[in-house]
Amino acid sequence: MVDKGIGARVPRKEDLRFITGRGRYTDDINQPGQVYAVFVRSPHAHARIKRIDKGPALAMPGVLAVLDGQDVAADGLGNLICGWLVKSKDGSPMKMGKHPLLAQEKVRYVGDRVAVVVAETREQAKDAAEALVVEYEELPAVVDLAHAHDAPALVHDEIPNNLCYDWELGDKAAVDAAFAKAHHVTKMELVNNRLVPNAMEPRAAIGHYDPGQDAYTLYLTSQNPHVHRLVISAFIGIAPEHKLRVVAPDVGGGFGSKIFIYGEECVVLWASKKVGGRPVKWVAERSESFLTDAHGRDHVTTAELALDKDGNFLALRVNTKANLGGYMSTFSSCIPTYLYATLLAGQYKTPAIYCDVQAYYTNTAPVDAYRGAGRPEASFLLETLVDQAAIEMGMDPAEIRRKNFIPKTAFPYQTPVALVYDTGDYEACLDEALRLVDYAGFPARRAESERRGKLRGIGISCYIEACGIAPSAVVGSLGAGVGLWESAKVRFTHTGKVQVLTGTHTHGQGHETTFSQLVAEKLGVPYEDVEVIHGDTEKTPVGMGTYGSRSLAVGGEAIVKACDKIIAKGKKIAAHLLEASEADIEFKDGKFTVAGTDKSKTIGEVVFAAYVPHNYPPGLEPGMEEGAFFDPPNFTFPAGTYVCEVEVDPQTGEVDIVKFVAVDDFGNVVNPLIVEGQVHGGLVQGIGQALLEGVRYDEGGQLLTGSYMDYCMPRADDVPSFEVHTSRGTACTSNSLGVKGCGEAGAIGAPAAVINAIRNAIGVRVEMPATPERVWRAIQASPLAKAAE
Amino acid sequence: MYAFDYHRPTSLAEAAQLLAGNPEAKLLAGGQTYIPTLKQRLAKPSAVIDLGRIAELRGITEEAGGLTIGAMTRHAEVAGSPLVKRVIPALAALAEGIGDPQVRNRGTLGGSIANNDPAADYPAAVLGLGATVRTSKGRAIAADDFFTGMFETALEPDEIVTAVHFPKPEKAAYAKFPNPASRYAIVGVFLAKTAGGVRVAVTGAAPCVFRATALEQALAQSWSAASIDGVTIDASNLNSDIHAQADYRAHLIKVMAKRALAAAG
Repeated sequence: MVDKGIGARVPRKEDLRFITGRGRYTDDINQPGQVYAVFVRSPHAHARIKRIDKGPALAMPGVLAVLDGQDVAADGLGNLICGWLVKSKDGSPMKMGKHPLLAQEKVRYVGDRVAVVVAETREQAKDAAEALVVEYEELPAVVDLAHAHDAPALVHDEIPNNLCYDWELGDKAAVDAAFAKAHHVTKMELVNNRLVPNAMEPRAAIGHYDPGQDAYTLYLTSQNPHVHRLVISAFIGIAPEHKLRVVAPDVGGGFGSKIFIYGEECVVLWASKKVGGRPVKWVAERSESFLTDAHGRDHVTTAELALDKDGNFLALRVNTKANLGGYMSTFSSCIPTYLYATLLAGQYKTPAIYCDVQAYYTNTAPVDAYRGAGRPEASFLLETLVDQAAIEMGMDPAEIRRKNFIPKTAFPYQTPVALVYDTGDYEACLDEALRLVDYAGFPARRAESERRGKLRGIGISCYIEACGIAPSAVVGSLGAGVGLWESAKVRFTHTGKVQVLTGTHTHGQGHETTFSQLVAEKLGVPYEDVEVIHGDTEKTPVGMGTYGSRSLAVGGEAIVKACDKIIAKGKKIAAHLLEASEADIEFKDGKFTVAGTDKSKTIGEVVFAAYVPHNYPPGLEPGMEEGAFFDPPNFTFPAGTYVCEVEVDPQTGEVDIVKFVAVDDFGNVVNPLIVEGQVHGGLVQGIGQALLEGVRYDEGGQLLTGSYMDYCMPRADDVPSFEVHTSRGTACTSNSLGVKGCGEAGAIGAPAAVINAIRNAIGVRVEMPATPERVWRAIQASPLAKAAE
Repeated sequence: MYAFDYHRPTSLAEAAQLLAGNPEAKLLAGGQTYIPTLKQRLAKPSAVIDLGRIAELRGITEEAGGLTIGAMTRHAEVAGSPLVKRVIPALAALAEGIGDPQVRNRGTLGGSIANNDPAADYPAAVLGLGATVRTSKGRAIAADDFFTGMFETALEPDEIVTAVHFPKPEKAAYAKFPNPASRYAIVGVFLAKTAGGVRVAVTGAAPCVFRATALEQALAQSWSAASIDGVTIDASNLNSDIHAQADYRAHLIKVMAKRALAAAG
């Protein structure tokens, strides 16, 4: 049995440096001769650039370069891309508007990059940026998603109706037929509110061109440095891939927003060559993060559920309008399609599902993946709809769910929306959550709240997600431009220490700890002897990075495969040293043993023999370093039940979450402490979406929620002490570890639990964010609440 | 921020002199509004005169049965002062509820009222208690005359707040409904029963802190929740923004007034 192996609650080894201020983030890196970039951004949501006069800015002290869209075009640099092709119902490809590194001809949202100023100091660059003369011809802006189709303004002149694609999934005829014979139809219109990701560390980059090597280095805040290298070389064309090193050092949170290839990071790399190879640094200010980090969510949906007289789900019909913003971001096309509609079965055996999605351009910041990415939207829709159906059918919300669950005997289960769920036991999670929350005792708690003048409600959400994003063949057939395998290398040193090089990237997930536990378990080496290295294309094997709760299920399995190769090679060496047959060598707890004997060699001895091969199997390569790639056969399907209990103050509309129980099936768990922490973070973001967060633009496209004064991030006193349980896991069958993924679950499952609880308390559904004013207004319209008041 | 000259005088006279000779200069008190303003390049002063080293502007003393609080006294000092808790506990409670610990350890009474942010807490206390604002020009400005409009006060350009004198009320309390994002007041109501009658000051709800005279009259007749229930708050002069519409603010004024009443006893 290994100390600090799989299943141990090991505190994170990275935390010491983070909480003592010794992390090394991009802005902590300073290089000799470094200069500073400041971007000139559009103050208009939609305008034509009539003229840019660089003269006054170039004349300012310390200014080295002023570059704009014409310079980008003159150097033949490519446009930013969207890496996932989605086709419309008629088979036509999505209409991708050009997305240059710096705006050309038009600006399409407030904050759009117009030019960059590079100067000796940041203050000089800011002064010069203010001096740059840009003349605009303002154009009418389209901001409101619901009316984007018929808006007088076209974000991209060549794209009619601002419509990027009109996509569908599912059997429409079967769904229509089921609705025709339904006993009851529950219909709902809902908004999934737009969010700003708000990573603690703003985006930052240092681009450096080395004329001596004719090579480039880019330090940046990235969740996937190899993907950045690939896109910047293959599509933007700044440097060939083998001449470009991308380093993502410590990164302070991503939540999806640092997956994407944005213009700024590319521009500083390009600009470094323009200023003779001096390193160019750019660090976003928080207001730039609000304006330009890809936002999340932003759907307007109509959903209908058909039921028979007993409350069995017959069919689901969904129409969604999704906001893409002014340009397509790197993965924006797949979020409201393949990561959304494919999850609409939820935990239920609904036999027929149809969803169509219209994705529109608007004069707002680009929208892309944000923690959960499509799956929170699907789960919120389904779980509020099911709740509404229960109310309309006079059924208990827990029982209508139980009745429609895919039974645990039905796995693997093919849903009507493409996915095959491998394992799950939804009823077990529901039962456990109801037990932990004391569902039966709720009426007494509600009565007690009423005596204090408060309205108490309870809400259930049974979420599912598809994560561990992969497999390559499947995503490829759906339009993905890349494969979604993962890589690892496991390297022993002479002295038996282990370096693990991973293609994933950790920016808060705790990979350094989890992967060390994994290797300690597999190779029987002390946890402390394992070092995890990531985030540098010059050190690690080519990898696809971290998003979609994939690092352990895909990247961790690649590490296991590399460990398996180490063990296989070790057996050959041990057999030679022990003068036994390779077939008779067993490996356990760090020891190679001849079966049935006490003859053994430790892995340290075997590794030493591999590096000092004086007595060594003939023909076998020396050394002990193995790499592996892993492309899983399927997604993983974490699922669970969240139950939220709220108290509403009818006087003010304030919502207080008084109880929150999360029972998650993440399969096997490597480090329960980290998993619980991930769930806590996800729940807080989910509660933030439900109660506090929401982007607002005015009619002209100015961002009204552009700072923490107006955009409400959850604070510790906004959330309760969570009860998180992972004991009901069913092992995933797509990797040998049996693990699923836990990073996004909280954000996916929480919003519906909160909103359902509020509805249970006040009798009316409130749109997110359920601010005190919205709740108070809803109460004014609710007979149930009026009576209580 | 833009470049500016930085001065750190050690006496009020020195500060007043610097200010008088430098019309584009700005005073820096706790900096909780002004530093972010500078960082965002929303202000371009010729000089910043930091009042932080002027000892005579700090301190809390009992005077004429009430309290005199120096302009540079930090919120945390007021919140934690046994003297304030004894004489006007409502004022200590209000200071304890401003911003967060960082803000309370930097922000000052004088800075808050001179800035007169429409959603700040202190203006409600100054107006609600009928306090007097003392200045470097020897003026004693009644609260009713001090807050003249949104971010506007009766201070002259070269005048510095030195202290505020708060008379001791018979009863007082403050109740705030904070903006969930900024935690500034969406509505804050300071209620006081004073020698000069009932005073009700409302912050957060309108472009400037104001006295809710209808509530004052009703409470003067009967110091009871029923009196508040009977009042109709005119929403026509209240703010409507993305955080709260005017009718909701009008409703909250009554709710907060009742909570303040309950707290005041």
